[in-house]
Amino acid sequence: MVEPLKRKGRAVSLLALPATLFLAVFFTLPLARILLYGLDGRLLLQPETWGRIGRALGFTVHQATLSTLLTLVVGLPLAFLFARYRFPGKSLWRAFLAVPFMLPTVIVAAGFNAFLGDRGWLNLTLTRWLGLEAPPVRFTGTLGAILVAHVFYNTTLIVRLLAHALEHLDPHLEQAARVLGADGGRVLRHVTLPLLRPSLLAAVALVFLFDFTSFGVILLLGGPTFATLEVEIYIQGMHLLNLPLAALLSVVQSLCTAALSFLYSRLLPRIVTPFSLRPAAANIRSPRHWGERLFLTAMLLLLVLLFLAPMASVPFRSLVRLEAARGERGEVRYGLTADYYRELFLNRRSSLFYVPPLAAARNSLLYALATVLLSMALGVPAAVALARRGQVARALDAFFMLPLGASAVTLGLGFLMVFRHAVTSPWLVPLAHTLIALPLVIRTLQPALSSIPPRLREAARVLGASPWRAWWAVEWPILWRASLAAATFAFTVSLGEFGATLLLARPEYPTLPVAIYRFLSQPGGLNYGQAMAMTTILMTFTTGGILLIERLRPPATGEF
Amino acid sequence: MLEVMDIHKTYDGQPLLAGVSFTVTPGETVCLLGPSGSGKSTLLRIIAGLEEAESGRVLWNGEDITDRPPHQRRMGMVFQDYALFPHLTVAENVAFGLRMQGWSPQDRRARVQEVLELVHLTGFEARRVTDLSGGEQQRVALARALAPRPHVLMLDEPLGALDRALREELLEELRRILRASDVAAIYVTHDQEEASAIADRILILHRGKIVRNGRPFEVWNDPGSLWVARFLGVGNILFGKYHPGSGSPLLKTALGEFPLACPHRHPEGEQIGAILRPSAVEEHPGGKIHSRVTDVLFQQEHFRVSLENGLYAFLPRAPRIGERVSLRLKAPLECLGGVTEL
Repeated sequence: MVEPLKRKGRAVSLLALPATLFLAVFFTLPLARILLYGLDGRLLLQPETWGRIGRALGFTVHQATLSTLLTLVVGLPLAFLFARYRFPGKSLWRAFLAVPFMLPTVIVAAGFNAFLGDRGWLNLTLTRWLGLEAPPVRFTGTLGAILVAHVFYNTTLIVRLLAHALEHLDPHLEQAARVLGADGGRVLRHVTLPLLRPSLLAAVALVFLFDFTSFGVILLLGGPTFATLEVEIYIQGMHLLNLPLAALLSVVQSLCTAALSFLYSRLLPRIVTPFSLRPAAANIRSPRHWGERLFLTAMLLLLVLLFLAPMASVPFRSLVRLEAARGERGEVRYGLTADYYRELFLNRRSSLFYVPPLAAARNSLLYALATVLLSMALGVPAAVALARRGQVARALDAFFMLPLGASAVTLGLGFLMVFRHAVTSPWLVPLAHTLIALPLVIRTLQPALSSIPPRLREAARVLGASPWRAWWAVEWPILWRASLAAATFAFTVSLGEFGATLLLARPEYPTLPVAIYRFLSQPGGLNYGQAMAMTTILMTFTTGGILLIERLRPPATGEF
Repeated sequence: MLEVMDIHKTYDGQPLLAGVSFTVTPGETVCLLGPSGSGKSTLLRIIAGLEEAESGRVLWNGEDITDRPPHQRRMGMVFQDYALFPHLTVAENVAFGLRMQGWSPQDRRARVQEVLELVHLTGFEARRVTDLSGGEQQRVALARALAPRPHVLMLDEPLGALDRALREELLEELRRILRASDVAAIYVTHDQEEASAIADRILILHRGKIVRNGRPFEVWNDPGSLWVARFLGVGNILFGKYHPGSGSPLLKTALGEFPLACPHRHPEGEQIGAILRPSAVEEHPGGKIHSRVTDVLFQQEHFRVSLENGLYAFLPRAPRIGERVSLRLKAPLECLGGVTEL
């Protein structure tokens, strides 16, 4: 009896083989190459090298710390808002807040640019109304812009983690403290916050990690002067062609993120204070006195300004002419226009490297489809193998998650170094995207697979279902949702990926995000408008994808 | 003295408390008894200030504390799930209220020692509350509530989460602790045995009102209404027509005519409910009640015998199921009043 079972286990493990091989070639190999390149004796001995690395590392830590603190300041009260109060439009806000965290960096950068940037509607409107020479609000190219965009990204993470913990905190604990003589502030200080500490620490560690590895936002909103490790890797590798230094920077960056992730995973299980979980409804109520109403209003205003305004600015800016096109003289015709969309289909400059936006969209779509096919083909069997618990599965699981920790720029750089001779191949981009999407695909599928209790299938079999019927009745309904979610995930990730793509995409085959980046950095109202139009299109697709994933997610996880 | 005056509260549009008034004096343990959903816990939370009543007042020693926030009321509360702070040790939990009142560390330590001794948990100071058994957690919760010397100690179904043996043990202990601490206590439960074991006075809550207020044996011996008699399960309830009789009144029921002890006056023929206590019958060949035995249950000091006619009786012997028995009354039925006045 034992022998066939064992053999079956081995056969299942084989399902993880394609994904393992894929990772070995497209992840381990590039990393090894980076390591070899970076640990170059001559380079390591130059004091100038360490000065440069130290500066980049210093600024990375600086901005990540500031961003994390700011995110906490904004996120904590918002977490209370969602965990404790009933207010109009709450479920809509809740659905909306699922979006920012997964939004591609170019969209976020374009959003804040369209809202607060030099050519954003706020500045252009103010300039016109007040008759100014220069835009009154300086936003792009400042540290503030980077921080605000990071807050935009990670606040939802804090809100999600903390609101969940807060909602399920036993309300009797806070009531017991009040009856024992603690006023509102002391309840918060002595009971609520200490109980939240595990979730709080986890959230802070995660936010710091994301801020530490952030690339697109910093390059797009800050500019190359704000050189974090990531930006420095890109500049050294792509602009100065100093590959050894770029590789060394990648090594430092990878070591830092590995240390941070290790700290996070070590820290997490030890600090968890057990507390009884309560149904959420008991904790939620409408605001009662004026102080609570004021808090609510302020928080809703913050939500609108921080989340809604930058997102709404993009489509608004793509449809309204606020400035002159490049080379356009005389009176500017302000007002609604569809020109920016019409221009997307034209190739006005017949330059070789100019690619019409429509082509970029087509590239993005093809890359995304290839990524979905590849990552599903590798991920589904791997997830099936991982769903069986065991030593091998656990080790494999950790291995499959590794690309999540590596930065996109590092992955891109590694690809460039290993597949030097194939850089003209359009396949590099979907391969890199697959590398990034694969862990997410597995993470989406595997819990769904593990959640199917074997008893269910056994019950179906005992009730007279054939193996096929049992699979169809029990597993398929759970699986198809998870598969659709995983595929959408892969599609959305590929569509919005910026860091690795910027390094890998051939100039003649740009993706939408790369094209948006190019158009944004060019002068002229028409280019800017087209960037906005492309961002709007990208935003429509990714937001749709994210909302679809949210809908398909099992309802029990991560509600807030 | 705690005075609760005319409390009204609606819940989801339904009246939950409809004019509840009572008082508790220091050293007295009052039990709020009622079925689940009768608003007992809500009443406690209103007294503690955790919830607001639509109308009514709460007074302590004549001073109106209705509008005071909970942290300024000096109430003690023991929750059914204990609500111990999981991030604090036993001693820190017990000292929490003292800290909030600004006691000095020395005084705090001394008082913590004192109350832990009272609840027999000396030596548990540094333990994590999450490592304690249910009974131990219960004692910590009690010690925490008692430590700041509250005006009123409120216990919300404190034994509800424990198993039966532990319950009886803790009930006895609670009696001792409440006696020793000389605090005004309100104990909420839906279990009438628990209530009679712990209460100096029982208040029965029904449809938002206190329908009976008295010492446990008084309430048991004279439930005062059909609903209370049924809720307490004091015995069989018989319905019939009132007959003044010659000398003592009679109740004409479907099972026959029985003598009735009745303190009120009723017009002849009024529909009346009455208690037939299961211990007030005995087997007798000349008895007027004849029926077949449907079930027999051994209950230590007697057998509980259920009959086909719906009655049950406590008998010293165990008849066979299906056997015909004849019973007669040892005492008259106890009148519960007219059925319409229910």
